[in-house]
Amino acid sequence: MTNAQEFVRDHRNLVGAVAALSIAAILPLFMDPLSTITHNCILAGAYVVMALGLNIVVGFAGLLDLGYVAFYAFGSYTVGWFASDHFSTVNGGKGIHVVAGEFAAKLPGIHLNFLLIILVAILITGIAGMLIGLPTLRLRGDYIAIVTLAFGEIVYRFAVNGDQITLAKGATLTGGRQAISPIDSIGLPGFKEFDSAISLRAYYWFVLVLVAVVLFVNFRLRDSRLGRAWIAIREDEVAAASMGVPLVRTKLMAYATGAAFGGISGAFLGSYLTSVNAGQFQFGFSIFILAMIILGGLGSIWGVAFGAILLSFINTYFIPDVFNGVPHKLGLDFDLTVLNFGIFGFLILIVMVLRPQGLFPERRRALELTEGVTADSTFEVHAP
Amino acid sequence: MSAPAASPPAASGGGNRPTLLATEQISKTFGGLVAVNDVSFAIPEHSIVSIIGPNGAGKTTFFNMLTGLYKPSIGRIVFDGQDISRTRPDQITALGIARTFQNIRLFATMSAVENVMVGQHARMRAGLIGSILRPPRVGREERDVRAKAHEMLSYVGLAERVHGELAVNLAYGDQRRVEIARALASEPRLLLLDEPTAGMNPQESDQLTQFMRRLRDERNLTILLIEHDMKVVMGVSERITVLDHGEKIAEGDPVDVRANPVVVEAYLGKQG
Repeated sequence: MTNAQEFVRDHRNLVGAVAALSIAAILPLFMDPLSTITHNCILAGAYVVMALGLNIVVGFAGLLDLGYVAFYAFGSYTVGWFASDHFSTVNGGKGIHVVAGEFAAKLPGIHLNFLLIILVAILITGIAGMLIGLPTLRLRGDYIAIVTLAFGEIVYRFAVNGDQITLAKGATLTGGRQAISPIDSIGLPGFKEFDSAISLRAYYWFVLVLVAVVLFVNFRLRDSRLGRAWIAIREDEVAAASMGVPLVRTKLMAYATGAAFGGISGAFLGSYLTSVNAGQFQFGFSIFILAMIILGGLGSIWGVAFGAILLSFINTYFIPDVFNGVPHKLGLDFDLTVLNFGIFGFLILIVMVLRPQGLFPERRRALELTEGVTADSTFEVHAP
Repeated sequence: MSAPAASPPAASGGGNRPTLLATEQISKTFGGLVAVNDVSFAIPEHSIVSIIGPNGAGKTTFFNMLTGLYKPSIGRIVFDGQDISRTRPDQITALGIARTFQNIRLFATMSAVENVMVGQHARMRAGLIGSILRPPRVGREERDVRAKAHEMLSYVGLAERVHGELAVNLAYGDQRRVEIARALASEPRLLLLDEPTAGMNPQESDQLTQFMRRLRDERNLTILLIEHDMKVVMGVSERITVLDHGEKIAEGDPVDVRANPVVVEAYLGKQG
């Protein structure tokens, strides 16, 4: 074999990622910069970031999280709070501005640069991830799912009713069903401020960078001390603890990392869609992201990315644009879009029956399903 | 029973070596059931000590308390001068106690090498950020840990060609080997083996007996053994503790224990 062939064999994922991202990077040049397809691609990218974030929690560490939407909400509200005129009375109505865009600099409220927003979002969601993680740590399997589901619902309720919660004079927690809008567009040092009225390409490339980051983190973590510890915990907590893996800390790291990507993506979507509306943070969204992971293959990085893109396009393109009229043609009086969650559920059902390991299964997960190799037990592995 | 030729037990005795691990009147109750009752026990450093007893005598419960999987209901466990009665299992491993399980508990979908790498978790330093950014320090650590895992596997006698095999696909005897290698990888001072010869033929048991002595002498280990195979127990142990119904009914060197009528009664029932 030549050196080049060997390099490709030893770095298949790296080569694959560079190729896929390169193709994705030139793709918008062939699309109308304001077209729906560009818009759909950007959404798909944001969902890939979330799905690969959740993959760390569910796929790697095996902690079934049904409340992932909470981190989407935290991320979105981070950008809602700190990059809009939501807190319009702050600093005597003059506002606080940190490297804000030209337009935003004149507005009241808090306006941080988007890079700072990302850091704040990581901080907030990371802490929230640990808080949601703590009560679940003594639980196993289905019970984790129930607690996280409740957490997602609590956050949603706060988001919906946040306009009734006054933090200070003239400042409420959220905008409730009335969106916080407009949100500052993304402005990066050294680049022209993103302007979605002229072109969506900047947002496209930005989300592509986020995808690259989340891919990188997934691959690195999978092949690390932490990644091995997660698999060990997933397969046998008792043996893992007995081999020196601290269960609490190791699980919390999974929650925090997964949450951080939910937050990053949420902040991006907030800015891109220029509004943060409590209605976005319903339980169904958690299932939407989870479905991407299950469809692609739990723990399988490429599979999850594919699942996210596929479900995203089914949601934004195939259901509303291609098949929306089908019920009418059959003489039924409704649009297919009202059924979208039913369709996702049906897809998952099909996958569960025909290919429970997902479309592109991860080797271990497939084995766990077929061999039933995971252990369960009732030892007191958690210190009192 | 053949006399173990050059075994040091008789020569070394248990007498004046420092105590590595001691339990002070520990008990464990589950609801109304008393699994272990008031057992005091000590292991001198650099020795091989066994716990025997009929099925259900509380041996494994005792083991699980030593490794932190159960907290004793009453009593204290002291390892190297430190009270570990309430210490978490992973912290106990970090302090230097490693174990194997009666029913092998390998991480089934990980390869033999990866299993042993998990065993080194407590000796590694890479955290979340380090694992993501992988600075040279972390890269070096990964390489060292992998190399050491191969080394441990070869040490326990696993053929090179199956190092990369998934644990679930390994032969039973090899799985036992990997489990010992995984325990050794955490660099323990005290190794707890829970029925290591279960399912082995006499020849394999003999090899394991030899191997335990090697571990003690080459790696300066102290070994605590739960074992049913009397040939192994009598051949390798310096001291034997006998549990029955959760209580310590006898203790001493192999010759004494074998001659003790209480022990014979526990195993065979009352004579006449």
